[in-house]
Amino acid sequence: MVFYIARRLVWTFLVVLIVLLITYAVFFLLPDGDVATRFAGKAPTPALLHEIRVRLGLNRWWPLQFVYFVKNFFAGDSYGWPGLGYSFGGGVSVLSEITQRAPRTLWLIAGASVIWLTTGVAIGVISAIKRRTIVDRAAMGFALVGISAPVFWLGLMALWIVWRTLHLTGGTGYTPISQGVGAWAGHLILPWTVLALLYAAFYARMTRNNLLETMGEDYIRTARAKGLSERRVILKHGLRSSLTPIVTMFGLDIALLVGGAIITESVFNIQGLGWLAIQSALNQDLPTLVGVVMLTATAVAVMNLVVDILYAFIDPRVRYS
Amino acid sequence: MSSTSETLLQVRNLTVRFPTIDGVVQAVSDVSFTLQRGETLGIVGESGSGKSVSNLAIMGLLNRKRALITGEILFNGRELLSLPPSEMQKIRGKDIAMIFQDPFACLHPMYRVGDQIAEAATAHGIGKHDADARAVELLDRVGIPNAKSRARDYPHQFSGGMRQRAMIAMALVHNPAILIADEPTTALDVTVQAQILELIDDVKQEFDIGVILVTHDLGVVAETADSVLVMYAGRIQEYGEADSVFKAPQHPYAWGLLDSMPTVERRLAQLVPIEGSPPSLIAPPPGCAFHPRCPHRFAPCDQEVPPLVAPEGAHADSCFLPLDRKLAIGSERAARRLGLAS
Repeated sequence: MVFYIARRLVWTFLVVLIVLLITYAVFFLLPDGDVATRFAGKAPTPALLHEIRVRLGLNRWWPLQFVYFVKNFFAGDSYGWPGLGYSFGGGVSVLSEITQRAPRTLWLIAGASVIWLTTGVAIGVISAIKRRTIVDRAAMGFALVGISAPVFWLGLMALWIVWRTLHLTGGTGYTPISQGVGAWAGHLILPWTVLALLYAAFYARMTRNNLLETMGEDYIRTARAKGLSERRVILKHGLRSSLTPIVTMFGLDIALLVGGAIITESVFNIQGLGWLAIQSALNQDLPTLVGVVMLTATAVAVMNLVVDILYAFIDPRVRYS
Repeated sequence: MSSTSETLLQVRNLTVRFPTIDGVVQAVSDVSFTLQRGETLGIVGESGSGKSVSNLAIMGLLNRKRALITGEILFNGRELLSLPPSEMQKIRGKDIAMIFQDPFACLHPMYRVGDQIAEAATAHGIGKHDADARAVELLDRVGIPNAKSRARDYPHQFSGGMRQRAMIAMALVHNPAILIADEPTTALDVTVQAQILELIDDVKQEFDIGVILVTHDLGVVAETADSVLVMYAGRIQEYGEADSVFKAPQHPYAWGLLDSMPTVERRLAQLVPIEGSPPSLIAPPPGCAFHPRCPHRFAPCDQEVPPLVAPEGAHADSCFLPLDRKLAIGSERAARRLGLAS
């Protein structure tokens, strides 16, 4: 088990390293023209360009630049850890921009993921048990709507009905949790629900299909032959095996959302990481964009590691191989 | 057969049909048999002959929404088919236990073997602590070395034979009256097959239970069964004491099975396969289901279904051939087989 985790850790480190190399290549090496100009934002002055060349070490051989880039990322720079550099256009460190925006996105993901995981799995289980009944059809109909409905439309409709017409929740924007849990949650409940709906629909369908497949396994017949209640057969024996692919998808979904639930953030005006990425692209603030990209890619690698470790807890065949 | 002769199970006119979009599958038709305490009943037939479905019906493991079941299954005088699911659940795994064909697929891959056995105990009211002890005790009984530590293993750490032993241990948790073994050796190595059969025979003696042994291997039945039931296309073709069925088989299908069965001396070239293939269960042939493949068919065979009758001085079969003819051909087959084997 320890060996397994250690091996996974080494792999994750290598993946992050490769991610850094690709990021570096995409932003520093591949495009034509002066790197310093690209990093300077909308108003490059000769003095700023000179400063950028010095700070990024652009006059050195590129592998050395890359080593410096990697060293900063893993060891931190003068702005803290991980070293993501300085937004020359914005006049602040990339890290401080990200740490300012990150809580919004992370809270959005945290709440939404709890909702979609619980409702998605629950709907999937119910629908599998009540297979081919009205309940199943209704649940799968809901899933189809959830998967098909565009988030920008759903979000606007939700705001229109729940906020503007019924006055049940807080409106758009983000209220920090320090200003009261009620106000914080009141503003997040709609984005949570809208973001969760899409994923809940996917998870419901996946849970249903996995569970139906598992229920055909021989060991389910064994569980019934023992004289277990159908409820226990499904929840203890069926669901356990169906959870493995759900854990995989959950890990990756969370990781991808760290890069920003861009549409949800835009519709509800939550100025999180997705918003930051869009703003930095619009403002030609390349350092910030690079920072968000690296953060997202690293999150995917790290969540993969987490999923692999969870696997070992869920499935003994992984643990002992 | 056991001297106490207590009837555990009476199956009467069991019929199982599965309606599908292509038509109604006649999986089991009009099957009747009994099982005594201490008896091993061998049920023989090829795939699709209805042998597994009959046993799943006894266990109450068929989905009643999809399977239409008629007839009676009397267990200690109690009719099982009409029991509500909650009552049947109390019998299943406690009084009637079942082991299956593929021990690799029958244990849950994510739970410890000991826990899975203990769960069978707790399912019928034994406390968790006692259940764990019982699991270890039974693993030891079925011949798992270091039972206490092996109980903490996962199924993938067990060999095929050990898994089937674990399944047997699970079945024995409540000292059931009946053990149904559905092709328990089919998925195992030949050397292990004999050990498992021996184990089933041992526990039958020790726990004084009735065993239903389902198989398509006549050799397995010949070694362990007290009585034999030959099924074809969902119907019983021949039913009697094992000695009688093997020494003087009366049904052309049984003759075909014997001719197609290899022995150490009989080379592949000498095997005579049964011509043709098993019939469709949705549209079975008229009359005797075996008649299209039967070399002895004559006038009535494609007209009406031969009833299962036991004539004087012989065991039961369902074939229209005259008894003296059947006995003559059957004994000659058995003798030739014995001659080749000696």
